[in-house]
Amino acid sequence: MTGQYIAFFILSLLTISGAVFMISFTRVIHMVVALAFTFLSIAGLFILLEAEFVGLTQVMVYSGGISVLMLFGIMLTQHAKKERSEQKTGFRIFTFAGILVFFAAVFYGIQKTPWSQEAMNYSNENNIKEIGLQIYNNYVIPFELVSVLLLVALIGGIILAKKEADDE
Amino acid sequence: MIPVSSYLLVGLILFCVGLYGALTKRHAIVVLLSIELMFNAANINLVAFAKYGLFPNISGQIFTLFTITLAAAEAAVGLAILISLYRNRSTVNVDEMDLMKR
Repeated sequence: MTGQYIAFFILSLLTISGAVFMISFTRVIHMVVALAFTFLSIAGLFILLEAEFVGLTQVMVYSGGISVLMLFGIMLTQHAKKERSEQKTGFRIFTFAGILVFFAAVFYGIQKTPWSQEAMNYSNENNIKEIGLQIYNNYVIPFELVSVLLLVALIGGIILAKKEADDE
Repeated sequence: MIPVSSYLLVGLILFCVGLYGALTKRHAIVVLLSIELMFNAANINLVAFAKYGLFPNISGQIFTLFTITLAAAEAAVGLAILISLYRNRSTVNVDEMDLMKR
């Protein structure tokens, strides 16, 4: 029982319990706060997997960006009303059964597959430097395309949300 | 060494919870949050395979960075659509957004 195991146990417990709380809370604000905990713990899992840059990006984009964005979205729409009960009970049970079957199938697959036993050791190299070299050598075109995508999303978001209530 | 299957199991549980939330919740922002949860489950798998996979490579982390960017763009555009929809129909429940169904 090393420290790595303890850290993994605590982080995965926080991740899964945040997600389950997110499903079971009734107020939307509480759901977003629970999900922020999940995002932070996932960043911890990334750092445990020796992906420091991805972990820090996760903290910035998810915990800092998307959680606050969702809070603003809740504030701008109706938020005082509690969420009424979910969809119809029959549909919910049907969905739950389907997801249970999916979970069992993938779990069986994970347990049956012989995974490789050796791990890549990233600890003696500079993570950010490696990522930068790979991006600018092998993944230049996807990188530039992602910048175009971000520009399109920025303009699209402004245009979609800008229209004032003059056409009512 | 933590076996890779435990990371995959965490990702699988997160994906199932996110799928259940996306299919059964009525509030549109909660549906968006559940979709983010499913993105994160996929990211955990990618980073785990970048360390423990059959051909461990830093490409997994780079793919995760691209996925995070896509998820951020998706959240922004989804929220913009949601706000303009709220302005026109004054509802955020997904089962009341049935203008094209009738």
